[in-house]
Amino acid sequence: MSMMTERDRAAVRQEFEKLAGPVRLVVFSQELLAGDLCRQNEALVREVAELSDQISVEVLNPAIDRERVAVYGVEQVPAIVVEGARDYGIRFYGVPTGYEFGNLIDSIVVASTGQPALAEETLATLRTLTADVDIKVFSTPT
Amino acid sequence: MRLAQHMAVASERVRSTTIEATEFPELSRAYQVMGVPKIVINDRVQFEGAVPEKDFLGAVLQAVRAA
Repeated sequence: MSMMTERDRAAVRQEFEKLAGPVRLVVFSQELLAGDLCRQNEALVREVAELSDQISVEVLNPAIDRERVAVYGVEQVPAIVVEGARDYGIRFYGVPTGYEFGNLIDSIVVASTGQPALAEETLATLRTLTADVDIKVFSTPT
Repeated sequence: MRLAQHMAVASERVRSTTIEATEFPELSRAYQVMGVPKIVINDRVQFEGAVPEKDFLGAVLQAVRAA
């Protein structure tokens, strides 16, 4: 069963016209912990990746690919890391459907361009950060 | 949330994790998520709902100062 409607696909294709560089979606799946959700997540990511040849997908299993998963610091499944020219620190825990799906698409575009849509003042302030900032955003599909 | 992930791209210091609250009830309980979106920065500063960019940045700075 498809995770996306034809209308979703058309809208995402239009968004992906903004892509300016390769993006890698690293999917974290562990069948024994959350089989259904991990399968849904993987299917969704693959459907999204089909909409642009700039997007590649890699699947990691925390029980097997321990070292690589540790480098990403991902502690839950299902999860997605959205990487552009570097690992920008963008993670999704859970299947990003509904409202979160828009955020996933937006994160792919910004990771691809490397150009955040933020005010100049915000960018200047962020450049002065001397400590790490961990932002958790709890969301729901609706 | 758009602002969090754009800040992550803007700064190597910033990491953005979007968490589907209903799929991770233990995490949601641990962070006392009652409404969404709920934003938690460095496990210290938290707020609910969408806020303007300037206020979001203010919360980031507050979280860093609290460290």
